[in-house]
Amino acid sequence: MGVDLTHYLTLAAIVFTIGVAGIILNHKNIIVILMSVELILLSVNINLVAFSGFSGDLTGQAFALFILTVAAAEAAIGLAILVAYYRNRGSIAVEDINSLKG
Amino acid sequence: MQANAFFFWIFASVLVVSAFAVIFARNPVHSVLFLILSFVCAAGLFLLMGAEFLAMILVVVYVGAVAVLFLFVVMLLDVDFARLRQGFVQYLPQGLLIALVVAIELIYVVSGLGPSQRAAPPATPVTAISNTAALGEVLYTRYFYFFQAAGMILLTAMIGAIVLTLHHKPNVKRQDVGAQVARNPETAVEVRKVASRAGI
Amino acid sequence: MYELIVFLPLLGFLIAGVFGPWIGVRASEYVTTGLLGVCFVLSWIAFVMVAGGADAHVVIGNWFTSGKVVATWALRVDTLTAVMLIVVTTVSFLVHVYSIGYMSEDPSRPRFFAYLSLFTFAMLMLVTADSLVQLFFGWEGVGLMSYLLVGFWYEKPSANAAAIKAFVVNRVGDFGFSLGIFLTFYLTGSIAFDQVFAAAPGLVGKTVHFIGFNWDGLTLACLLLFMGAMGKSAQFLLHTWLPDAMEGPTPVSALIHAATMVTAGVFMVARLSPLFELSPAALSVVTIIGGTTAFFAATIAGVQMDIKKVVAYSTCSQLGYMFVGLGVGGYSLGVFHLFTHAFFKGLLFLCCGSVITAMHHEQDMRAMGGLRKELPVTFWTMMAGALALSAVGIPFTSIGFAGFVSKDPIIEAAFVSPRFGAMYAFVCADIAAGLTAFYTWRLMFMTFFGRRGDWWATLPSAHDGHSHDDHAHADHADHPVRESPMVMLVPLIVLALGATFAGIAFRHLFIGGGHDGFWRHSLFLGQENDILERTEAAPWLVSISPTVAMLIGTGISYYMYMVDRTAPQRLAAELPALHRFLVHKWYFDELYDFVFVRPAFWLGRLFWKGGDGAIIDGFGPDGVSTRVLDVARGAVRLQTGYVYHYAFAMLIGAAALTTWYLFGGLGQ
Repeated sequence: MGVDLTHYLTLAAIVFTIGVAGIILNHKNIIVILMSVELILLSVNINLVAFSGFSGDLTGQAFALFILTVAAAEAAIGLAILVAYYRNRGSIAVEDINSLKG
Repeated sequence: MQANAFFFWIFASVLVVSAFAVIFARNPVHSVLFLILSFVCAAGLFLLMGAEFLAMILVVVYVGAVAVLFLFVVMLLDVDFARLRQGFVQYLPQGLLIALVVAIELIYVVSGLGPSQRAAPPATPVTAISNTAALGEVLYTRYFYFFQAAGMILLTAMIGAIVLTLHHKPNVKRQDVGAQVARNPETAVEVRKVASRAGI
Repeated sequence: MYELIVFLPLLGFLIAGVFGPWIGVRASEYVTTGLLGVCFVLSWIAFVMVAGGADAHVVIGNWFTSGKVVATWALRVDTLTAVMLIVVTTVSFLVHVYSIGYMSEDPSRPRFFAYLSLFTFAMLMLVTADSLVQLFFGWEGVGLMSYLLVGFWYEKPSANAAAIKAFVVNRVGDFGFSLGIFLTFYLTGSIAFDQVFAAAPGLVGKTVHFIGFNWDGLTLACLLLFMGAMGKSAQFLLHTWLPDAMEGPTPVSALIHAATMVTAGVFMVARLSPLFELSPAALSVVTIIGGTTAFFAATIAGVQMDIKKVVAYSTCSQLGYMFVGLGVGGYSLGVFHLFTHAFFKGLLFLCCGSVITAMHHEQDMRAMGGLRKELPVTFWTMMAGALALSAVGIPFTSIGFAGFVSKDPIIEAAFVSPRFGAMYAFVCADIAAGLTAFYTWRLMFMTFFGRRGDWWATLPSAHDGHSHDDHAHADHADHPVRESPMVMLVPLIVLALGATFAGIAFRHLFIGGGHDGFWRHSLFLGQENDILERTEAAPWLVSISPTVAMLIGTGISYYMYMVDRTAPQRLAAELPALHRFLVHKWYFDELYDFVFVRPAFWLGRLFWKGGDGAIIDGFGPDGVSTRVLDVARGAVRLQTGYVYHYAFAMLIGAAALTTWYLFGGLGQ
């Protein structure tokens, strides 16, 4: 059968869901959380490129490029924070990180 | 068509499986590697859709930089991942519930699209311009400001990363250019009269 | 001139009250006393003028006009006013002079003299009032000053309690008085005396509907107004404040609780004689209440140990006599007794003050005795007062001390009056005459005769209340008993002269042959009111009965307190229940405490704790603040500090929003 837009979109939806589940399930492991965020962003990219391809409009691809940029920046900063945190605390156990407690 | 669909299914299934593996893997290095695999499959999907520039950029930037960065950090931090995995089942039911809800809704929306919106699969472009050139034409004209903004974001990220992680080791000698330039003869040089053959 | 009489005391109050600290104590005393001296002289001049026929009406200004109610400040001067003016200013002036000596060790003298002057102003306003509202202004003013003066030594809790009691009980009476004023306005359309009196005859027989019953309008109005008089003049049922008011300094008792404030009720009934005269039922009530008061107060006075309380109950009893006189239609009889009573009762109180000062603030009579040698002037002046009070005189003539000349006609009038309740009042008053003599001479014997300190051994030791100061009675040996200074004795002598001769001197004018020309229209007498003539024609047994009663009372008193000094204790031992009943003042305080005070406190506590505290505060500020804390405490638990919790919240929120968007009516 022909592969049309809905297949791509469904695929993106599944990957998005996996990303969300990854965040909730792995809440103690910061690195896996960051990776799940990357998965979410990936799913969004797939969505955008699929729309762009099926409609012939390059806007989607341009937008996906920007998302890529931002995702990279965010991953870098996130990991930098993690490293700085690790240097100060000696662990990345999240049950210790509750200074925001109200 | 057939090949198109065939490759789509291969790439799609590998993508989903490796995505699962990312979150369920015990070893974090495995997680990162599966993430890389996901990216590569996504790149393949992009190629199928005719966005070859984006596919290559995905491999170069995401896989080559971001994933490698993840790998660096995973190996840099001496973390007891076993202990971290203990929280896995704590929110399992809630997590699956939320995921299910999100999935159902998204697919519900997607399936609601009419047949007219399901356009034909991408045909090879009639004009001889490549995807990269086409993207360039759009990027530097219509989306120029966003392009510059993206550059700013990258600059900010770079500065941020340096600010967060730079720390001077105490015993390392380095140059202080300001102090060097501000030296003046009165404090830097001491003139002594020395008799011949006498020494200081 | 009348404006001066009324307003000079106000000026005295302002000077001493406002500038007292600057001008000094002596200046305050002299200024107030001096101004009152001027008033005193002017009042007597006014009396002579008015007696000669010169009534006056001085309009000062408009107070307020509200709809049909027009209240003006005006001074109504007729005979009744003139009589009251001299009573008030004479006694007030003498009390001011006396206080210079009596209060000489008190640190707050400017305040005291200022209060005395302000009281005098209020009382003068009351007696010169030309409208019910102005009278009520003076009425409330004297009530307020009574509160301030009884509670003058406000550091004493008992004084504060007594002041509040006086004010609250007065208030009960004032409530009735206010209703009476409203009803009068409703019936006559005005509150000014001229209009009210003019409209009164037309109201006979008119009924009003009040609390489900049909009342005769005039009777109801008079009864309500009399309720005010009952409170102010400490008549039976609203009398409980008068003995407690003895907490105030003795000059206050002399001025307020003997001569002026308590007589305001009598004055009011006399002033409103055009109304009362047309309501026989109200006058019967007045008579009965007056008779009851005369009797009941005299019984209690006989067992009191505090010298001031004896005189206080005596005042209560004599006021009852005045109301009996008014009630049987003899308004001039009542007012004449008011006039003489002011002299001898004021005298008795001031003499008490002299004795108390000499005994270094000891008020219990059991600590006294044999004072006649040490305090001769006090003794003889008090003797004049006692003779006047017990109504010593020659029957069938008008020769006697002041009380005799004014009280005996009242008793005779009660006998001959055809009014319902008059015979009852006659019996009460006659017996009370005997009791009056008994307790008066008891007081004299205990205080001035015998040997000091002996009474403790012979008299019942049951204390009837907190009557004396903290000064222990044991250390009198160290303090010599000396006669009071001249500044205190001169007023005593003046009043003693009045107590002795005022009856004889003024009888002709007040109740004798010249009374028509004297009173003129200031006291209204109905068509059938011939009480004065009938009194003259009373049977001789009736005329002699008060004197007989007086002699019996004096004899019993002499026996019990001079001859056989153990008799009181033996009598009390044989009739313990009666003795207790009298010592506890017929248990009125306990009854009122049970019926009124406790429920009032309970109600107050209910509204305070339950209403204000639980409901208003609970739902209002306290409740809101507690709820805020509760909600905040609950909300705080959301802020766990764990970023992943926040991430979850975001995800759940996004999922919820999406669901709502898709399926919640906004979607598609």
